Amino acid sequence: MTPVKLHWRESSGFAILAVLATLIVVWYVAAVLMNWQGMTDLYQRKDVTGVTVTQQLYDVLNADKPLLPAPHQVVAEFWKTTVEQAVTSKKSLVYHGWITLSATLLGFVIGTGFGIGLAVLIVHNGAMDRSLMPWIIASQTIPILAIAPMVIVVLNAVGISGLVPKALISTYLSFFPVVVGMVKGFRSPEAIQLDLMRTYSASRVQTFIKLRWPIALPYLFTSMKVGVAASLVGAIVGELPAGGGNGLGARLLAGSYYGQTIQIWSALLTASLLAGALIALVSLAERMTNRSLGARA
Amino acid sequence: MTSVVSAKGLGLTFSTADGDVVALSDVNLDIQRGEFVSFIGPSGCGKTTFLRVIADLEQPTSGTITVNGTSPADARINRSYGYVFQAPALFPWRTIAQNIALPLEIMGISGADQQARIKRTMELVNLEGFEKKFPWQLSGGMQQRASIARALAFDADLLLMDEPFGALDEIVRDHLNSELLKLWARTQKTIAFVTHSIPEAVYLSTKIVVMSPRPGRVTDIIESTLPAERPLDIRESPEFLAIAHRVRDGLRAGHSYEE
Repeated sequence: MTPVKLHWRESSGFAILAVLATLIVVWYVAAVLMNWQGMTDLYQRKDVTGVTVTQQLYDVLNADKPLLPAPHQVVAEFWKTTVEQAVTSKKSLVYHGWITLSATLLGFVIGTGFGIGLAVLIVHNGAMDRSLMPWIIASQTIPILAIAPMVIVVLNAVGISGLVPKALISTYLSFFPVVVGMVKGFRSPEAIQLDLMRTYSASRVQTFIKLRWPIALPYLFTSMKVGVAASLVGAIVGELPAGGGNGLGARLLAGSYYGQTIQIWSALLTASLLAGALIALVSLAERMTNRSLGARA
Repeated sequence: MTSVVSAKGLGLTFSTADGDVVALSDVNLDIQRGEFVSFIGPSGCGKTTFLRVIADLEQPTSGTITVNGTSPADARINRSYGYVFQAPALFPWRTIAQNIALPLEIMGISGADQQARIKRTMELVNLEGFEKKFPWQLSGGMQQRASIARALAFDADLLLMDEPFGALDEIVRDHLNSELLKLWARTQKTIAFVTHSIPEAVYLSTKIVVMSPRPGRVTDIIESTLPAERPLDIRESPEFLAIAHRVRDGLRAGHSYEE
């Protein structure tokens, strides 16, 4: 088949760029509006007079500690702290990003495995369904901000610190979407498919491997996309109580201590780029799996 | 001749929230080895339920039934029947060959033997060349043929077919009916076939079991006098029409239109 040539207005690339451009314009407008008064106050304190609007606009968009930094300031800071820094430096966002990413990945892997395990138990045992599900749901009603410092402090008291406590908080957040999704997925075979397996007198293990697992895979990938984002949030939250330590969370906290808004925003930018990359990886794995399982292209 | 299926005073009552529903009542029936038996009746007459009792997918509440001389549960565990459902129920993530391999994998048949069986059964249902296709790439009739191949792959002597061609159009259905007769002649299997089409039942069967609803029961059992060799135009012969007429009478007798 020959590809249909889209007019530039109809292509998805155009839509993405249009949304991005709108966001940047809104951001610039907001940055000017939010920082304008602060700059006026600063001029007064320093007895600077006769500033033109153009000059003030320039100053507002290049201030040291603006309320809301402009996009180019964030990008410049991001560039400075990634490309222009050695990755081992404590000033490097690559360094901090990796600290957070490693906790995210460890927590995500444990959380996904734990979630799948719980879902298997729940689907195969009615008593488990009734006794576990309320606890699983209750676990997610507790604010993570309340539980994270306790996990960090308690584990620190028994000599466990660094990666593992943060990963546990990631696990705590990421297992939930996986349990819910996989319970639904494992229960998605139709009656006729289960009857078919019964006519072969297939064992429960065989029914699981040949039917429940492959039919649940689309649910797994959807859950993992939610789970991996939650995992990143968990790792960042886990870094907040540590204060002045390493990782994007600590970087956010340090930035807010010292009013370094540009540093906060560039850490946020790093976090969102990480989240985007993680979800893209899960999507890629999903597409590769779908292709091998004969999904329509 | 030996009885493959033997039911005596068989009854099945479903307990539902709205009270008991009698699906089968006092069914007495013998299916001999090598027979092609059709079950015909309006919906709710228990024909599918009876097939599911043979397959141990439903449990009777009264009477006795043996399959291959054992209980339906043992027959199922011995994998002594293949079941073809109303829908093809092919797994969409498996190719046609992999779908046919499914029961073989479950039954622990070796890889080389699997390949030989897949090849043989795909030839039986005229699906050569479609091994690597996924189900959605096949028409409805071809999908149902693949599901028949899957039921044949592990060489059970008894084939249970629950309205396998019900969802297909008339032309495809005629074609598959004549193919099924050839397949039956070649494989010498015993076939129990549920349908609600009178021509289909008369064309295929050596024995036609007419059933009626509320409660589900057998109203007539007709031994076919048609020859083993049946071209499609046999359906216009007086003999064929006489049997069809008797089936229609049986259906009418069992159905009170006053209800």
